[in-house]
Amino acid sequence: MQVMTQDSAIKKSITWCRENLFSSPTNGLATVILLFLLIKFITVVASWLFFNATFVGDNRDACNQGGACWVFIKTRIDQFIYGFYPNAERWRVNLVLAAFASTIGFWFFTANKSKRFLGFWTFLLFPILSWNVLRGSNFSLTSVETAKWGGVFLTLMVSTVGIVCSLPLGIILALGRQSKMPAIKTISVLFIELWRGVPLITVLFMSSVMLPLFFPEGVQFDKLLRALIGVALFSSAYMAEVVRGGLQAIPKGQFEAAQAIGLSYWQSMRSVIMPQALKMVIPGIVNTFIGLFKDTTLVAIIGMFDLLGIIQAATTDPDWLGFTLEGYVFAAIFFWLCCYTMSKYSQFLERKLHTGH
Amino acid sequence: MNDKQSTIVKAKDVHKWYGEFHVLNSINLDVAKGEKIVICGPSGSGKSTFIRCLNRLEEHQKGQIIIDGVELTNDLKGIEKIRREVGMVFQSFNLFPHLTIMENLCLAPIWVRKTPKKEAEAQAMEYLNRVKIADQAHKFPGQLSGGQQQRVAIARALCMNPRIMLFDEPTSALDPEMIKEVLDVMIELAHSGMTMLCVTHEMGFAKTIADRVVFMDKGEIVEVNSPEKLFNSPQNERTKLFLDQILLH
Repeated sequence: MQVMTQDSAIKKSITWCRENLFSSPTNGLATVILLFLLIKFITVVASWLFFNATFVGDNRDACNQGGACWVFIKTRIDQFIYGFYPNAERWRVNLVLAAFASTIGFWFFTANKSKRFLGFWTFLLFPILSWNVLRGSNFSLTSVETAKWGGVFLTLMVSTVGIVCSLPLGIILALGRQSKMPAIKTISVLFIELWRGVPLITVLFMSSVMLPLFFPEGVQFDKLLRALIGVALFSSAYMAEVVRGGLQAIPKGQFEAAQAIGLSYWQSMRSVIMPQALKMVIPGIVNTFIGLFKDTTLVAIIGMFDLLGIIQAATTDPDWLGFTLEGYVFAAIFFWLCCYTMSKYSQFLERKLHTGH
Repeated sequence: MNDKQSTIVKAKDVHKWYGEFHVLNSINLDVAKGEKIVICGPSGSGKSTFIRCLNRLEEHQKGQIIIDGVELTNDLKGIEKIRREVGMVFQSFNLFPHLTIMENLCLAPIWVRKTPKKEAEAQAMEYLNRVKIADQAHKFPGQLSGGQQQRVAIARALCMNPRIMLFDEPTSALDPEMIKEVLDVMIELAHSGMTMLCVTHEMGFAKTIADRVVFMDKGEIVEVNSPEKLFNSPQNERTKLFLDQILLH
């Protein structure tokens, strides 16, 4: 019996191959050539990544097998994660990262009722507390200048601030742009068009070089904080246009029905219009998030060492010259994992929010 | 009918223009508490625009509209107050597709009237029973038929305990076999004493419940009369022409 089913399974796959891969002499030839190239490519890549790669050792002499030298990543991994944050104080970064991870977890598993406190924590308490813990000027912690922050930790920080700020700001700007009040409308349009028309590099340069010139003497304003504000405002302009796209797709009848049952403007936006508009533009929102996440690497040009910046710095270390490829592959894997996770989550969200219409 | 105290809707010399187009031309209409008015007329006659003016979905540019003692002006508080007292049912249902039926019904009572959730749900259930759709309470609008959706829309408007109900062609978007279930609900509502203004071409419905039928054409009220008189012996040529057309089709 089992042999029979196995037989038929084989037969099935043979028919499939015949129909799809070898339906004509040309197609057959193409299949063979492509298969050859594919195998060749995979062997080369896999042998570099794994089979000929070096995983054990603690200096470049260990790497003599012709493949990737992961020892380079291994000896540097702490720096890639924490930047130049002092060794003894890294528990503070871990603490904040753990709190960050738990906050995300709570958003998934908390009932709607307690979301109000969670929002208060996420958008107000958590950012202020983490800044203080990391910067360390209060709580009798050793002060760690933001110039020493870096690596994965800085990348996550800049992108999270950008992502978390851009959505609410973007919503407000999108509503402002649709407002009937001329002043609010003009301000929103100007803001959006100004920020959207300027490259992020320019924004970062302005925030780090030009802005301090306008400060009164003696006023200090942290460079990282300035960059964070720049990134947040920049991304909110993009987000505003994505959200506006969603708003325009909502039928007029929804606005009218909300008005007719007596909801005020803000009530109808909050419970009727926005939930539908945002759901519709989830792909666009996540697209902006992913773009922003990768754009955070630009902070390197104002002298901050995000993951990519610190990897680049490490490849110029005389002890490790010539391992640029390993560094970039590592960065690529990290970025891809993060972006793919966001993409998957957005697909899950779309399915979950689908209500059959 | 002329008793001032019982007048709940008062429109006095109401005008509205869309650019050059005079869509409402001196509309005068008093509706008494508990009265049922059916408004009919050819398309483009301004009948929908008129009842949409009554809860300020459209703005009138001249004249006076007084609903339950409150005049409709640009004052937002007044508009919101009136909208709480005036329920509306649309041609295209306009249920909120991202909320369940129950959430659709409870939204306004909870947010606007500040009714406790339990109470709002109990009341919603009562109205769902009245429109005979209680078993669908936890579905989403997209899972219901057109007739069911329109009955939910009526229940949603009723959940605010309005004093006046406006219907803007409630059966025009429905498949023929679903029209009756919606009209039955409206007839039952009429018998309960609700003040109703309906824009509709359902002449049978008008004959059953209307106290007066208003015939509008080109932005004007051409003729107002009891359904028997208006349908059987129309006084105005335009009314005759319109009735001939809809009865012949």
